[in-house]
Amino acid sequence: MATPPKSTIERVRATLARRNRAERRFKNLGRAAVLLGLVFLVLMFVNIISTGYPAFWQTYVKLPVYFDPQVVDPQGNRDRETLGSADYGALVKASVRSLFPEVEGRRDRRDVAKLASRGTVFQLRRMVLADPSLVGVRTEIWVPVDDDYDMLHKGNVDRTLPEADRRLSDRKIGWFDRLIAEGRIESRFNATFFQAGDSREPELAGIWGAAMGSFFMLVVTLSLSFPLGVATAVYLEEFAPRNRVTSLIEVNINNLAAVPSIVFGLLGLAVFINLFGLPRSAPLVGGLVLTLMTLPTIIIAGRAALTSVPPSIREAALGIGASKLQMIVHHVLPLAMPGMLTGTIIGMARALGETAPLLMIGMVAFVVDIPQSVTDAATALPVQIFLWLDSPERAFVERASAAIMVLLAFLIAMNALAIVLRRRFERRW
Amino acid sequence: MAHQPGVAVMEAGALEFRAAEVEDTDERRESRETVGTPFADDPRMTCRDVNVYYGDNHAIKNVSLDIGREQVLAMIGPSGCGKSTFLRALNRMNDTIDGCRMTGEIRLDGQDIYAKDMDVVPLRALVGMVFQKPNPFPKSIFDNIAYGVRIHGLAESKSEIEGIVEHSLKRAGLWEEVNDRLDQPGTGLSGGQQQRLCIARTIAVSPEVILMDEPCSALDPIATAKVEDLINELGQDYTIAIVTHSMQQAARVSQRTAYFHLGDLLEVGPTDQIFTNPIHPLTEDYITGRFG
Repeated sequence: MATPPKSTIERVRATLARRNRAERRFKNLGRAAVLLGLVFLVLMFVNIISTGYPAFWQTYVKLPVYFDPQVVDPQGNRDRETLGSADYGALVKASVRSLFPEVEGRRDRRDVAKLASRGTVFQLRRMVLADPSLVGVRTEIWVPVDDDYDMLHKGNVDRTLPEADRRLSDRKIGWFDRLIAEGRIESRFNATFFQAGDSREPELAGIWGAAMGSFFMLVVTLSLSFPLGVATAVYLEEFAPRNRVTSLIEVNINNLAAVPSIVFGLLGLAVFINLFGLPRSAPLVGGLVLTLMTLPTIIIAGRAALTSVPPSIREAALGIGASKLQMIVHHVLPLAMPGMLTGTIIGMARALGETAPLLMIGMVAFVVDIPQSVTDAATALPVQIFLWLDSPERAFVERASAAIMVLLAFLIAMNALAIVLRRRFERRW
Repeated sequence: MAHQPGVAVMEAGALEFRAAEVEDTDERRESRETVGTPFADDPRMTCRDVNVYYGDNHAIKNVSLDIGREQVLAMIGPSGCGKSTFLRALNRMNDTIDGCRMTGEIRLDGQDIYAKDMDVVPLRALVGMVFQKPNPFPKSIFDNIAYGVRIHGLAESKSEIEGIVEHSLKRAGLWEEVNDRLDQPGTGLSGGQQQRLCIARTIAVSPEVILMDEPCSALDPIATAKVEDLINELGQDYTIAIVTHSMQQAARVSQRTAYFHLGDLLEVGPTDQIFTNPIHPLTEDYITGRFG
């Protein structure tokens, strides 16, 4: 006996539950993926911020300083050269020891003098050179403490560990605790971090040098890659004949976008430094290398933006008698600009975060001076992070995380700028 | 195998057709010769043996046709018959299409527009074009119309541009509707207004010929009626070639009609004659709605 044939609606109903289930499953999978991504993002931010945030604060100690004329200016003629070459280290040692008069023995006396940052020497020298009348004066000044004590104050030294496993001995911790008890220790905003270049002493190291290096590099990159990229995109998309040569160029540009960035560094080393003789470690060369790296991105984004301009606008312009260039400049480019700008800023953001190509052209250098032009030796933010993470001091790890926060802030700002520009230039048709 | 058409009444146009006097034979049906009156006494544009190819596709086959001075020529025919291609050949818009070739000769006031020394920029100022889909620039209404005037340097001063904009909008019958918001984007207008804006933009550069490629196919009937009135009025002063899918529209706006069929120009004649007494059997099939 044959079952009666099912109606269409019955057949549809039979599969309906399965179809709905599949849809729900797919939706939940998507949600889970988004959630997982968010969790990792939050974890990353929490980790970076919790590690890096303390770097914005620096422990200072109040030192009683006596600018001893015997040390600073034995002749008493206030000669700048004498003032500049005086032994300020002796002043610092004397100052710290005056806080701990009971400390005996060569080693202990040496150790206690290391409580203040090594930069104190230069700080005192700067003070005297700026105001020679300080000689002979007794005053109290705030100076950064050495990074080990800074870590102790920030709670990064585990006092319960056996003494041999700590960077600071019980005795040193005792000195520091006594300074706290005397009210000579204070945590202050770490302005040095935003004003100084790199340093071997974490408490003196800052990101300003690296930030300026990155800035000069991006200026070079932007001023070369944007006009070149837009011009290339316009030529390839609007003017170039469609033949073997242009399709070969097209394939190569697409491939270049996928070339590992270190290869561009090799190219930069071979061409810009060895062949053209441009200076090593210079933001100029870094910018040129990053230009090569971002050009394909900008060209591809630019061409996509040009293609997405509706043909009706082109026809309208041509139909009224605009020349091809007028059509492109007056109508096509303004409409393509948001897409081009987005591509450019994404390319620039990538360039800002790039380390590998800079390795090859000598920008992984210990640069203390703040670069003043595109030809000065410089390093870049991501390279600075890399260098600091490589250092053994705990305080440098902290500063590396803080530098990452600064870098991320720049990247977020650039992406926000991309969105704002896109909104502003976007026109409906 | 005589074909006996009776009296056919078109649905909307309500035009009556007389039975074709000529005999419908296989031989005549196969013929791709242009019949009727393709040539005019005082033509503005003359086309001789025009062939257009898209790659290997022979889109326009040996078309010879005159476009008369200050009259409206309608081009009708089934989809893919090449009427739009032919229209775009008249101001060299086909130049922008890759792989498009053209042979033959098209003259505007006796001047060969495909001559080597002919620049497309002045040509397109002389032969304006209105497209199927309204395509105002994403700029203000004023700038839409002033654009052509500015790039061709047709006005000396700002007030002169303003005068041209006002005049063009008035001719396009749009002035009353938009004169209080000339600085608003042209893309904010309704479809019909946009198309009239595009017509105003075209006449602002005072062309001699206006080409229209199905200007009403994206418009509702009321907007269509307004654009048709406008075409009728412009036909007094301008030479207009219009491609249309709507035979009623051809009947309403044109003085002459050309029927294209798969790349061939089959028949040209006065509009009332084409619709009442077509010579070619395929023309008759098309206008009586047997295909197309």
